[in-house]
Amino acid sequence: MNSSRRDFLRSTGLGFLALGLPPAFLVRTAQAQSAKNKSLVVVFQRGAMDGLNVVVPFKDPAYYKLRPSIALREPGTNPESVIDLDGFYGLHPALAPLKNIYDQGQLAFIQATGSPDNTRSHFDAQDYMEIGTPGIKGTPDGWLNRCLLEGASSSSNFRGVAVTAQLPRMLAGRAPALTLSSIDEFHFRNEALGNALQKLYATSQDKELRLGAENLFSAMGELKRLSAKIPVSSERYPAGQFGAGLAQIARLIKADVGLEVAFTEIGGWDTHANEGGATGQLANRLKELGEGMAAFYRDLGQRMEDVVLLTMSEFGRTARENGNRGTDHGHANVMFAMGGKVHGGKVYGRWPGLAPEQLNEGRDLALTTDFRTVCGEMLTRHLGQKELTNIFPNFRATAPLGILA
Amino acid sequence: MIAALNQDQKIVHFLNRTSFGPTQDKIKKAARMGIGGYLDEQLAPERIPDQLAEEKIAGLKTMRLNSRELIELYPPPNLQRLQRQQANQPAAMAMPAMEGPRVVILELQQAKLLRALYSNRQLYEVMVDFWSNHFNIYIAKGANRWLTTAYDRDTIRPRALGQFKDLLLATAQSPAMLFYLDNWLSADPNSPGARIGGPNNRRRGLNENYARELMELHTLGVDGGYTQKDVQEVARCFTGWTIVQPQGQGVFRFEPRIHDNGEKTVLGQQIPRGGGMDDGLRVIELLVKHPATAKFIATKLVRKLVADEPPAALVSKAAEAFRQSDGDIPTVVRAIIEQPEFFAGDFYQGKIKNPFEYVASALRVTASETQVTHQLLRYLGRMGEPLFLAQAPTGYPDVAASWISADMLLTRMNFVSDLIANRLPGAKVAPEVLKNRDELIRRIAPDSLSPATQAALNATEGQQSIALLLAAPEFQRR
Repeated sequence: MNSSRRDFLRSTGLGFLALGLPPAFLVRTAQAQSAKNKSLVVVFQRGAMDGLNVVVPFKDPAYYKLRPSIALREPGTNPESVIDLDGFYGLHPALAPLKNIYDQGQLAFIQATGSPDNTRSHFDAQDYMEIGTPGIKGTPDGWLNRCLLEGASSSSNFRGVAVTAQLPRMLAGRAPALTLSSIDEFHFRNEALGNALQKLYATSQDKELRLGAENLFSAMGELKRLSAKIPVSSERYPAGQFGAGLAQIARLIKADVGLEVAFTEIGGWDTHANEGGATGQLANRLKELGEGMAAFYRDLGQRMEDVVLLTMSEFGRTARENGNRGTDHGHANVMFAMGGKVHGGKVYGRWPGLAPEQLNEGRDLALTTDFRTVCGEMLTRHLGQKELTNIFPNFRATAPLGILA
Repeated sequence: MIAALNQDQKIVHFLNRTSFGPTQDKIKKAARMGIGGYLDEQLAPERIPDQLAEEKIAGLKTMRLNSRELIELYPPPNLQRLQRQQANQPAAMAMPAMEGPRVVILELQQAKLLRALYSNRQLYEVMVDFWSNHFNIYIAKGANRWLTTAYDRDTIRPRALGQFKDLLLATAQSPAMLFYLDNWLSADPNSPGARIGGPNNRRRGLNENYARELMELHTLGVDGGYTQKDVQEVARCFTGWTIVQPQGQGVFRFEPRIHDNGEKTVLGQQIPRGGGMDDGLRVIELLVKHPATAKFIATKLVRKLVADEPPAALVSKAAEAFRQSDGDIPTVVRAIIEQPEFFAGDFYQGKIKNPFEYVASALRVTASETQVTHQLLRYLGRMGEPLFLAQAPTGYPDVAASWISADMLLTRMNFVSDLIANRLPGAKVAPEVLKNRDELIRRIAPDSLSPATQAALNATEGQQSIALLLAAPEFQRR
């Protein structure tokens, strides 16, 4: 989109929002344009997923030594075996729904990646991964939000959406971002009261709440206008908030509302005890993750060409299992990238090994790829960001891994 | 912002910070007793009669049962099926869908909200909520479904206005915390009790989960100066702090057969070998006395009672009170509230209510007759704070930014809209409240309505106007 056109859309966009009138020809023009929009969907796995039991290095003999009771079997006919990915890594069997997507070359894994900061605090590590400045706590905004600031391509209220009740730090900042936990319930139950509140909040001197309400009313107005074209999903997603959230993101993408970045999360990964192997605690979380991602992929069909879904978790877990058939807080982890333009069917990232001298601090998988390298590649090659300096300040990106063309 | 608070505003401010919201009665009472006198009374909750709250929760049977009784009476669904099969009971006689642990969780949620609404010991309930969140556990994790009732009743509530040290020790020994943060499983791998056997001659070993959160979240704070090595050493000290049958009665026990009896070094202090259970007690002692703990607890309390950005001067006074009183909670709370700064105009309506505070204060200020229904609890969940269901050990956040997303604001607005229209099952607004808007304003923002809210109120009337007031910025804050 050239700049004069962008300016035109932006200014007229603001104009008609203020008037509350949607000039039909402008909406159509904006839609035609936004149909080309690419979307990046971030899935945050809160609690620290045990990546070593997800994309399993079954050819590294140290893996079996470190994990006598929770290691997964080498590929084979046993249903408890990992699913062979490339002769070295195997996929956790609970992620079987993703194998097909991997084979079609639209799903890639990036092993031994994460945040270089060595904190083992869930809270700090999640924060670092969300604000995009590991080791620096004072950063006021999230990197997904900064990404919205960089390329203001439209005035849509749906450029940045979290399908969670709380706005995640990753999406918080100066660019307006929306939380939308239910499209179908995103309206006033008493419209007259809503109108009165809109007036009240618009003139309030309480800046914090005025801005929050502006965001709400503006999005609600737009959603009302668009509601007719937001399709209902007929795809079967797994029960629970994660599946419901992905289903909503898919609906927004299909409706061409101008969604650029979306955020959702899935918890329950903090497996300190009785983590399980092919079945059990971790397997149950993976089943939900895999079924959700696979449903999203089927649901979007051809539209996956314009979409990348990227997963991340604050840190990995100890390479050695602990004394309770679980794992403690570790370091590097695995990320997933799924999308039509992903060069999938491959596990990216240099494998650092699991021999004692290869472990981070003698206990965890070492990190060979900074998560910002992976995210940066998605931002530049998928969303078309020119510059990452403001999005990941003080980060000198290494060469992209080539996950995207 | 207001330069200096008048007396009515001071009372509303005081009640906003030390209770789940002003009511007509409590405003009158504070005016009669004076804020100082009222605070004295609130800090000695055991002397405040609380019959109404007790009556309200009297029907909640699970609140009086111990963990073993709870699991026997409300077994998990698959166990229920087995019991039915074994008793040869037809499926038609199966327990109703609501039976099972969901009842236990529901009643605990109901009791928490009912007490916030009806208890006269309001500051005490505020502190119970604060410590439950500080020492958060996730009720939906396994056996915690049956252990949390006792955790709330026997661990947190008796000490919420007591000594921090007692509270810390009680949580360290509570089956719910031992289970939630896995310490019940932690063992010295070389100890005689660690042997599990099996084909690989498996042994139990060390689990760091509790040790880390004990320092990061319960005492020192993440920047409190401990290292990964300290985490491991503290974990060694707490080996053997376990539970007898976590799925059954849930009782703390020190098990010497899995304890690491070697020497340890925690935060630079030697803990000599052979200490047994005293190792953990030493660690607790060390942590309670550590200056980082005083500062961390003081900061969190000031954030709760005063402002999202805790003023340094207040924090240091509170921390000093903590140190000098050996962590006497009422002394620290008093030290904060009695500072003149507490009533500074900047802090008046400076905090955004969290969802629990918002819902409770709306029901209180409207003198609603409330039974806690699923619909009411669902609203709390959609606002982002389902009770006892914060999954991470961090608990729920206590800053504005976490609670005012578009989605949450909308849910708050829809909640008051339903409440005032009497469309919220379980809650009935007192009819006189709907007729006297000015009285309601005195409870919410005496002489301090913003021009925007005033104008909006002028343009509406009746029920609509009452709902508007409860959805306005003034009532989103406390």
